[in-house]
Order: sequence, then structure tokens, then C-alpha cells
Amino acid sequence: MNRGLRPAHVAVLVLGFAFLYVPIALVVLYSFNASRLVTVWGGFSLRWYGSLLDNQQVVDSAWISLQVALISASASTVLGTLAAIVLSRFGRFRGRLAFTSLIYAPLVMPEVIMGLSLLLLFVAFDVDRGFWTLTLAHTTFGMCFVAIVVQARLAGFDRSLEEAAMDLGASPVATFFQITLPLIAPSVIAGFLLAFTISLDDFVIASFTTGPGATTLPMRIYSQVRLGVTPEINAISTLMIGTVVLLVATGLLISRGFRRQPV
Amino acid sequence: MSGQGPQDRGFGWGRFLIIAMPLAWLVLFFAAPFLFVIKISLSQAAQQRPPYEPVFDLSQGWDAFVARLGELSLSSYWSLLDDTLYIDSYIGSLKLAGLATILGLVVAYPLALSMARAPRAWRPALIALAIAPFWTSFLIRVYAWITILKDEGLLNHALLSLGVISEPLHIFATDWAVLIGIVYSYMPFLILPIYNAIDRQDPSLVEAARDLGATASQAFWKVTLPLSLPGVMAGALLLFIPAVGEFVVPDLLGGSDTLMIGRTLWNEFFANRDWPVASAVAIVMLVLLLIPLALYERNETKSMEPRR
Amino acid sequence: MAPSLIRIDGVTKRFGTTLAVDNVSLEIQTGEFFALLGPSGCGKTTLMRLIAGFETPDSGSIFIDGVDMAGVPPNRRPVNMMFQSYALFPHMSVARNIGFGLRQAGHGVPGLGKTDIEARVRDLLRLVQMEGLGGRRPEQLSGGQRQRVALARALARRPRLLLLDEPLAALDRKLREETQFELMQVQRELGVSFVIVTHDQDEAMAMAQRIAVMRSGTIEQLGSARDLYEAPVSKFVARFIGDINLFDVRMTRGADGEPMIVSTAPQFSCRGIADTTMSGEDVTIAVRPERVKMSKDKSALPAVCDVTFAGEIVDSAYLGDTQVWRIKADGGALVRVSASNSGAGTETFERGHRVHLGFDRSAMQVLTR
Repeated sequence: MNRGLRPAHVAVLVLGFAFLYVPIALVVLYSFNASRLVTVWGGFSLRWYGSLLDNQQVVDSAWISLQVALISASASTVLGTLAAIVLSRFGRFRGRLAFTSLIYAPLVMPEVIMGLSLLLLFVAFDVDRGFWTLTLAHTTFGMCFVAIVVQARLAGFDRSLEEAAMDLGASPVATFFQITLPLIAPSVIAGFLLAFTISLDDFVIASFTTGPGATTLPMRIYSQVRLGVTPEINAISTLMIGTVVLLVATGLLISRGFRRQPV
Repeated sequence: MSGQGPQDRGFGWGRFLIIAMPLAWLVLFFAAPFLFVIKISLSQAAQQRPPYEPVFDLSQGWDAFVARLGELSLSSYWSLLDDTLYIDSYIGSLKLAGLATILGLVVAYPLALSMARAPRAWRPALIALAIAPFWTSFLIRVYAWITILKDEGLLNHALLSLGVISEPLHIFATDWAVLIGIVYSYMPFLILPIYNAIDRQDPSLVEAARDLGATASQAFWKVTLPLSLPGVMAGALLLFIPAVGEFVVPDLLGGSDTLMIGRTLWNEFFANRDWPVASAVAIVMLVLLLIPLALYERNETKSMEPRR
Repeated sequence: MAPSLIRIDGVTKRFGTTLAVDNVSLEIQTGEFFALLGPSGCGKTTLMRLIAGFETPDSGSIFIDGVDMAGVPPNRRPVNMMFQSYALFPHMSVARNIGFGLRQAGHGVPGLGKTDIEARVRDLLRLVQMEGLGGRRPEQLSGGQRQRVALARALARRPRLLLLDEPLAALDRKLREETQFELMQVQRELGVSFVIVTHDQDEAMAMAQRIAVMRSGTIEQLGSARDLYEAPVSKFVARFIGDINLFDVRMTRGADGEPMIVSTAPQFSCRGIADTTMSGEDVTIAVRPERVKMSKDKSALPAVCDVTFAGEIVDSAYLGDTQVWRIKADGGALVRVSASNSGAGTETFERGHRVHLGFDRSAMQVLTR
């Protein structure tokens, strides 16, 4: 039932989304500003992108961030999907409450607490901090995001499809790979992308859990921002936004492909 | 009817493994580390690597180990009371997070409501629009507000040239900028639970209210709003809890007098290199958040109850 | 005598505090068309799932071909199921759906080569009259077509038993009748035992050779359609199958010691009812509407009527092939009478007419529960 959208509603939608997007649009816009000042538009220019590419530190840290994101998101997807299966398919079992709590807690836990605790863990076991401790940390909270995304899809999944498959001779494992997984693939991909972006974007936990030689892009950006606002930051922000948009678009295409697959 | 998924009837050990893998990971890398935080918070700062003592190891025998236990103390916790900095930070965090929650709900609720009243065909696009900012970097979004809110920033520039104000508004580096920053960053977390809560309502409830004589406004206040409260609660907690420990927003948008506990913890750890005090700060923060966390967990696990 | 295909032995299943299946024992033969019939919540679906292996009994055993199915998961049982929602795999074509079971390394299905699978799929498509449609996807099919695919898929592995969950529920009436006959034909051709689970008595009566009427987890009555219709053992079965008139009467003995029944509303009595109940007991007499004779003239009622009483017509319904009336008998009870419109009757009956009703001893079924 929709008695049509009232003008007030439309106004709220427009204003609300404007509030959300204008800041982002401004960042992108000013990355092309030839002038260094935010109050002056000096014409369209790509100079900041140019100087970015010359900045070896930025390029290195971007590369580190991408690698960490890729590896941790992959691990997160596997662990998170397993967790989602437990949450939606396993009914009651001893320790279910603890399991569920552990999945949900990292989603709200303040990052400074998570970062600190992980660091202290590494120190206690005398583990050198660097690329791998960082990846490990990202996998830990990434899997929780994947879990809730995939779990939501599994909850609405038609169980009779799985039962039909088993009835027709497929073992539980075979059923998962032949029936369930292909049909929840879009959600799994969405979970992967989510974990990827969160990893790419993380600053606080990375600051605690990484080490020399593995400085991430957000850490570089942050130290730059503390020194002052420069359009180079806009440029790199725009590139990051562009990367994520590209990834999401690719993800959507892959999901579509799954559904059209002429098996 | 209870449907049995593929894993329900799997081998006992197969089922065990599937539970064990994510569980073990989380226990190891999320839960267990808190024990170390507690332990460090009971230690003292020291000029060594690692920068605290006592350091536990069994290399010098069990007796030495037990002796070291005696060196643990609550001195870090007491020092939190010495300097008003800490108490002010906790209060500041709770205050700003609380205000941000209220402000955020005021902005997010109408938006979520309008989304829920929009034609079905628009929904996927609207939901995507609401989520999309979340996919862009948190850091970038906070950074964007720096350029907007600075004294010589875009907002003041626009208002000045329009003649609305004659002096630049001093928003940047104040609590207000932090408020705006927090509300802005956590918007998707607020909008979606409220939207879901409203969308799930049976539309005939409002129709029934209207049929029984209520005006549109009354129907909203008496039917729609109360029924949407669980979603409001969910969104509020999704903002409040992490916002208490927020670091980036107060650090980039706040002034030197903007005291939030996340920032204090950071300084304590990185600037002062006082790990024990930083740990104590973390533990106290956790204790303060226990009730909101419990509420949040109860909310989420209730919706996770297995249907037989 | 050959052992039964399925032997269900004292099976009980609980869900929480609800007793879904209560100590049920049942045998189903090879090549039989069997029905589990009952209202929702009676346990028929649970029993079906127990046979298929999706639920495990809390107590009791299920034997298929003499083998105890305890611990045997659904993918290893020689039973297949046609789901009510059809459960066709949306990401596979019709041919891939049908061949799915043949591609699983499973119990009793020796590794079939690709060409063998294709051949069998083609045969099945022909069996359900879907030749040439193998390349379609489920979303492109009509409801009736989807059902055929579901049927073909369930038969691909040549199960000993096929379970059909409310097979005709989603079809409209015309399609339902056609499909009924097709299902019976397929069953006869293949010699597979079919067990349909349904709440629709027309379905069960039309297709099944034996029907088990279930209620609250137990089997109320097991028999052929005729047994259930003409000799129901309880009020529940009498009401559930077809239309029925129920009269509460009292068993007594006449002056000569002969057992007789006495009814107060409507008022009648009848001797010579074979009974095993005690005198003074309240029982129910069940009479099918088509066995009640009606006439405006009492003397025109057939002489064989052992019971007669009068009343007034309050309602009538014309159903094309039959006509049904409701008569308020003197004494208060509502009686249903039906007659086929074969054109043989000479009287016309309308609302308000006073009529005389009668039925004979053989039309009466004594029910004690």
C-alpha cells in the first residue's frame, strides 16, 4: 500500500541523501582543482594525481593495503561463511550463545580496544608485528561482517531445495557445494567485498597491529592529514572511492553471472 | 516444521569442525586478548621492551613466576583517579556519544521513514544509496568535513558570500564538529535498522488506525513509531557503543579541549608509552560499555534464536 | 507372503512438547498407491518426513525392504520425494534438474556414464510429456510443467517408493483431474509404490488403493476408499470423508429383548441393529445423504425404510450433477439429503416444503466414538 509519496517525504529524501553525499562529492571534485585552496577553483587539473604517483611512499602503502585486504578478506569470507552456516543451520547446541555473542561483539567494539588487545596478545607471544599480524587482525573482524551478510541470505534460503538435493542422493557436503553455495554466491561475494573495503579502510586497528615496513594507506593518509589539508589527499581519496566502486560493480556483474549461468 | 539443513545430519565430527574453526579463531584473537589487557593493566610501566613489568615467563622456574604475580597491582587504576583528564574523557565520551545518538536518530528517522514510504520500485536504489557511503573510506568521509567546517572552509565561504553571516562560524576544532562527524560517519548504521523495522510492519495496521478515526499524524505517533522502537534501539546501540571509543573523529575534527576516551587511550599508548595505564583505560571503558553491550547482544541474539 | 516394502513399527516423534506422531504402526506394499490423509497438524507430513529420513523417530523403527533405516540419512534411502513446492533447483535447466540424482555418487546407483544419464533423462522427459523442454529453466515453466519436472526428477533414481507431498494442491481443478489420472498411470507403468500425503479427501479417494486417515498423530482408520466411506469407524472419519448425517441415539432393548436404537431429535426408533454395545449407551448413527430417501407423501417412501420422520426443507443447493437439501426435522436436527439429477425423480422440492425422510437399516453405521 502506497498512497503515493508526500512532498514532505521527497524533500526529506533529497535533503537526507544530499547530506550524505555532498561531502564525498566535494572531496572528489576538489581532487581535480588546479588550485591548492579549497575556496578557490583554479580550473580542472590532474596534477595532484600526477604527484601522487611520484610519491613512492604512497604507492608502496597502497600496495600493502591491497595485499592485506585481499588476503584477509579471503580468509574472512571462508571463516565468516562457516560461521553463517552455524548460525542459520545448526539449531541449538551447547555454547551457541557464546558463539553468537562472539560474532556480534566485534561489530560494535571500539576499535582502540580491539587494536590494543590484539597488540598485547602479539607482544605476549613475542610475535613481530608487521604484515601478517595486520592481516590476522583484519581477518578477525572481517569474518564477523561476512557472517552477518551471509547469514541473512541463508536465513531466507529455501530449505526444501537442500532437502530435495539430499533426497536425490547428495551428501550434505555435496549439497552445500552444488546447491547452497551457487545460490548464496551473491551474498558471499558481497561479504567478501565488505570485508575487503573495511580492511582497506582501517586505520585504528592497523596502527596498533602493524609494524615497520607494513605501513598502510590509511596510515599514510592520516599522517598527511595531520600535517595539513592538501589536494593530494583528495586525489588519493578519489582513487580509493573509484577502486571500491569498480569492485562493487564487478561484484554485481559476477553475481548476475551466477544467476544467468546456463548450467 | 523443522527443516534439517545439510549440516544437521552430517557426521558428528564434521559438524564439530564447522563450529570449531570460526569459534577457535574468535576465542583466540578476540576474546583471549582481553585477558592480556587485564594483565597489562595490572602491571607497571618500565623502560624496557616490552615497556612493562612484570614480564611472565617460565624460564626462571615456577617460584619466580609466582613471585612475579605478587608484583601485579592496581596502581594503574588508581592513577586514573589522580588526573581529572581520565574522568573528564570518560564523561566527554559518554556525553558526545549520547548526543550524537540523539542527533543521529533525529536525522535518520525521517529519512528511514521516507524510504519506507517510497514506492517499491525505488527501494533497491534507496537502500543502495543509504549503504554506499559505508563503502567509501571512513577516513575520507571525516576528512571531507575538515575542508567543509574549517574557518576558511567551504561552509563558511558559502555563508559569508551569501551574506548570511559576517564572521566565520567557528565550528572546526570544537565539540560540534565532532558531533557532526560522528553522526555523519555512522549514518548507514542508523538508517538501515530503522528502515527495516518500519518496512516490516504490516501496512494494514496504519490503515486500521486511520479507519478507526486517527489522523495520519496520530497513526504515526501511536502505531508506526512505537512498533519501530526495536529498530531504533538497534541503530542507537550500533552508533553509541563504538562512538564512545571513537578516535579518528575527535582527533581530526575536535579541538585540544575535546576530551574523548579513545583519544586519551591512544595518547597514553603511543605518546606516553604507558601501556599499563592505556590498558586500564581500556578495561574501564569496557566496563562502562557492559550494559549497552549486553543490551546489544540480547537484541541480536534474540533475532538469532533458531526456529527449532 | 512377500514382506512389506515399508514397515513402520511403533514410531513416535515429538517436537518440543507436541506429540506429532504417536506410536504409529503401518505397512505399505510394493506397487501400492497409498495415501496419508488428514487435516493439518495430524502428523501425516511428519510421518512422511520420517520415512524420507529428514526426521528421526524418538522411538520405534522404520524398515524399508526389511532394512532398518535407523541412522540412514536421506541421501542413502531408496525413497524419493516430490516436494509440495516442487523445489526445482533454480540455477539448473530442466534436464540438469532431472539428472541431478543420477549424477550423485550414491547408494545403489552405479556410476552412470554421461550418455546413459542423458538417455535416461530423455526417457523421463517423455514419460511426463515434457519432451524438448529439457533446456528450459524452472522460472520459464508453468505450475503444471514444474510439477512434471519434479515428478520426473524424483523418479530418475528408480526409487522403490515415491513420496508425494500434497501433489495436487497448487493446481486448479481441471488440471487436478488430469494430473490425477496421469499420476495413477505413471504409477501403474513403473510399478513404484506411491505414497501421497494430502488433506484433500477427493484426491486420496480418487487415486489411492488404501488410505490411512490420521488424526492427532495416530491412524484413525486404514482401508480402501470404499471402506472409509461406507464403513467409517468414528465420527471423525465419517465427517472427514464426504458428507454425513450424524444422529445421537441411545441403545436399549425392546420389549422382546431385541437391541434397538432410540433417537429423540428427530424422533425415531429402529430395531435389529447389529451391535456389540451395552444397553443404555449413547452412540451415533451415521447415514450418508444419498442414502436418505425423501418424499412429500409419506406413503411414497420406499417400503424398506426402517426409519422415517418428517421435516421442512430450509436450504437447497444445485450442483449440476447432484442436488443437496438441508431439512430441519421435527425435533430440531438438520438433515442433509442428496440425490443425483439423473432425471428419474418426479417430485420437485423447494424451500418450505414439508417432506418425509426415511432410510433403511443397511444405510446406518453405528459409531461409538
